[in-house]
Amino acid sequence: MSAVALQMVCVAGLLGLAMLAIALSRSKTATAVIYGATLAVSAIALTGALRSLLGGATDATTLTLPVGLPWLGAHFRLDALASFFLIVVNLGGASASLYGLGYGHHDPAPHRVLPFFPAFLAGMNLVVLADDAFSYLLCWEFMSLASWALVMAHHREPGNAKAGYVYLVMASFGTLALLLAFGLLAGPAGDYGFAAIRAAQHTPYAATLVLILMLLGAGSKAGLVPLHVWLPLAHPAAPSHVSALMSGVMTKVAIYGFIRVMFDLQGQPTWPASAVVLFLGSITAVMGILYAMMEKDLKRLLAYSTIENVGIVFVSLGLAMAFEANGMKLAAALAFTAALFHVLNHSFFKSLLFFGAGAVLTATGERDMDKLGGLIHRMPFTSFVVLVGCVAISALPPFNGFVSEWLIFQAVLQSPELAQWALKIMVPAVGAMLALAAALAAACFVKAYGVTFLGRPRGPAAKTAGEVDRFSLAAMFILAALCLLAGILPGLAIDALAPVATQIVGSRMPAQASQPWLSIVPIAEGRSSYNGLLVMVFITATASLAVYFIHRFASRALRRGPAWGCGFSDATPAAQYSGVSFAQPIRRVFGTLVFHARDHVTMPPPGDIGPARLRIELHDLVWSGMYAPIADAVGFLSTRLNRLQFLTIRRYLSLVFATLVTLLLVLAIWS
Amino acid sequence: MVVISDIIVQGVQMLLVLLLAPLLTGYVRKIKARLVRRQGPSVFQPYRDLLRLMRKEVVLADNASWLFRVTPYITFAAIWVAAALVPTFATGLLFNWTADLIAIVALLGSARFFLALAGMDVGTSFGGIGSSREVMIAALAEPAMLLIVFCLALVAGSTQLSTVAHFLASTYVGLRVSLGMALVALFMVAIAENARIPVDNPATHLELTMVHEAMILEYSGRHLAMIELGAFLKLLLYVSLIACVFFPWQIALYGSGALSYTIGTGAYIVKLALAGFLLALFETATAKMRVFRVPQFLGAALMLGLLGTLLLFVSRSF
Repeated sequence: MSAVALQMVCVAGLLGLAMLAIALSRSKTATAVIYGATLAVSAIALTGALRSLLGGATDATTLTLPVGLPWLGAHFRLDALASFFLIVVNLGGASASLYGLGYGHHDPAPHRVLPFFPAFLAGMNLVVLADDAFSYLLCWEFMSLASWALVMAHHREPGNAKAGYVYLVMASFGTLALLLAFGLLAGPAGDYGFAAIRAAQHTPYAATLVLILMLLGAGSKAGLVPLHVWLPLAHPAAPSHVSALMSGVMTKVAIYGFIRVMFDLQGQPTWPASAVVLFLGSITAVMGILYAMMEKDLKRLLAYSTIENVGIVFVSLGLAMAFEANGMKLAAALAFTAALFHVLNHSFFKSLLFFGAGAVLTATGERDMDKLGGLIHRMPFTSFVVLVGCVAISALPPFNGFVSEWLIFQAVLQSPELAQWALKIMVPAVGAMLALAAALAAACFVKAYGVTFLGRPRGPAAKTAGEVDRFSLAAMFILAALCLLAGILPGLAIDALAPVATQIVGSRMPAQASQPWLSIVPIAEGRSSYNGLLVMVFITATASLAVYFIHRFASRALRRGPAWGCGFSDATPAAQYSGVSFAQPIRRVFGTLVFHARDHVTMPPPGDIGPARLRIELHDLVWSGMYAPIADAVGFLSTRLNRLQFLTIRRYLSLVFATLVTLLLVLAIWS
Repeated sequence: MVVISDIIVQGVQMLLVLLLAPLLTGYVRKIKARLVRRQGPSVFQPYRDLLRLMRKEVVLADNASWLFRVTPYITFAAIWVAAALVPTFATGLLFNWTADLIAIVALLGSARFFLALAGMDVGTSFGGIGSSREVMIAALAEPAMLLIVFCLALVAGSTQLSTVAHFLASTYVGLRVSLGMALVALFMVAIAENARIPVDNPATHLELTMVHEAMILEYSGRHLAMIELGAFLKLLLYVSLIACVFFPWQIALYGSGALSYTIGTGAYIVKLALAGFLLALFETATAKMRVFRVPQFLGAALMLGLLGTLLLFVSRSF
């Protein structure tokens, strides 16, 4: 069986599981059966994708099914790029299924989740495999609808209905943009096969339009600012393992679509296109993490942080486009590999963090961080793995997030060689934005972890929480281990990504496996190198040395006592720093500009024993500046057009007649 | 043979920074005291403080978690590893290719990440206020630091610190606008990162003025000793960084003889003394600024770094 056929069998299996879930939906064993089977199928698909990528299978295998458009059929193809994204999708799918084995038991209405879960995975797999525009769009829409159904799984919870509505509108809009983009790419001849599109010549005018449409279509799905508004609503609304899939994996499928069209189908990218991508990416990175910093809902914070990471990936892709437009093959390979590596890393730690948020939700029923705290005592294992995830996502060595950001910084340092002045001036600013986003990410996750897991419990839910089940923990521990492995052995990952870079940008980074001590060297050893393994060994060794000496020579006495509180020894847990107060300095520094943030303090007059109140005013400028006017305009127009609904039959007929005459006239004048 | 001598140099470097770090802080304190006409404690007082702290018992808050107890060691280890990678008396350190300047910045970031978490662990308002201000300062200092790194990397063509130092020590670079900007920016970042006046006051326990001290308020005994030693090391790290990049005079180049290593060590100690004196002078001459003035201070550093990088993107000869 060819590699692509194996993947298609897995997809068929997933679709079959969706059917089975409908049949089984009310039975007690449904949860275990469906998640277990999904885990098995995802694992097979993952193995197949890994084999085709690591086997160095640069030659693509294709498969044509006699469905779809009658003269076209449905084409599917597995090349290096698709293999890589299949790994991301199926690894996410497998870990989410494993997590679901435990987490799914807490679901009050499993029949609302179970059928759509494998269907959603199947949709994502199919998008990555599709090899013609028609099947691509069909699968894309299938993926969107399946995920929409999952968002609406708990439709009675406040806010979820709105989330589902906004998501549906944005997803339809995105698909429309993609439809137009593929229409332009197919050209007047209208050949929708990717091979034909790849071979065709595209005029610069069409290429510009395609770029805009792809940014709208794939960008809205990935969460590029200002098209991100649906994402923080929809991703947290779904059950936590689905949130992990949507944030950690589905945004990656959108990035796949962008890469496929802009790098593969479109041909050579141009430098103005790269400038646009760089600009949007860097804005997205900083805005996303600032939004996350202001958030006090744990899952929404994670969703906003996904926006930041998508921004980072787009910055890296923009760099790759700029280098490719200038014929700098090695640098393009570096930036492109960095983007892919960050995609992989983000799928690890974002899934892990969403699983952690799900565990907190199971244990406490609470998503508001300001009502949690002290969970490190109640949930020791969860808090440990979530700490790993937080360190990894904050881009701190020796974990994986640092390596991909380090590679992107190395790519930034290659860019003085770029020929265009606009890019030369832009790239340092983009580098600064990236550094700012990385620093803010660390601040944001100190807040997320510190408020949720550390300190004293702020409410009864946090006080009585307990550890989650073994399946959930296993899924989280596996992902945490992957975060560490990808951080200390990045050379292996970079070498595995070489076929993808070769396929897409026509060059690859130097082979890393031959470097001494498993260092990674992006360009040349004299310029820069990093060795995650040795960094970890050094830190462990020095820390152990310090522990040994301290415990050998220093006093080992230890006394527990109440925390020192300046005389107020029995302050209530509510007096601790909360998420809102933790974010206050950063809100004051950045928020006044970005969110028009204002703190209003109402102080009772002296002698009055009423409480003082703090009200924080934040404005989402994107929403109020862009979406609210559009919504108003649509509302206005629909009220006006509403009159057409109540015409007499005579007026309807004359309206139809007038329209016909006008159209005929237009046609006559046109030709 | 070469490997053995490399290991010796690297080992000497690690021990040297560890031994000199408290001395530098003690020296700065002494100079500051003398500048305001006080006698001041002996320059060896920080060693005595450390020993005294190690002999004391640890008083741990009731609800402190394991994270609170391991943080001092993680922080110390991360800073020590970072300090061991900054050339002090010699370039071409053995583990120089393990981590470059970006990784050194990130290692310091790890140390701060865990300290900020530990500040929130006990659940008092003081820890929280310290952590939240510390991450605010870091959110501005880190990008500024990375832009300085970009500046240096573009001039020297490498982010490996030993290579940068070797390049700047052995090649005639001349006076450059971008390097000047990077130096000023690095100085400002170093002030902020080490919690010195005017950003923070290392000698106060007044709740409104402290940042770093508030964060570690709950620590005592051996834990506090590790954190203090880490802070001493961090100051030494930044001074060494400025010295090896901007004033690499007499630093022993890789593979040179024993004599040049001796000269390098002597030169390094002279540089430390000079830097400590200048720092004390600066701190005595300025007043601490309000917390919300700090963003402007660091914003200036960020802009200087950005401008320097931009100039280098425009032309390599700036």
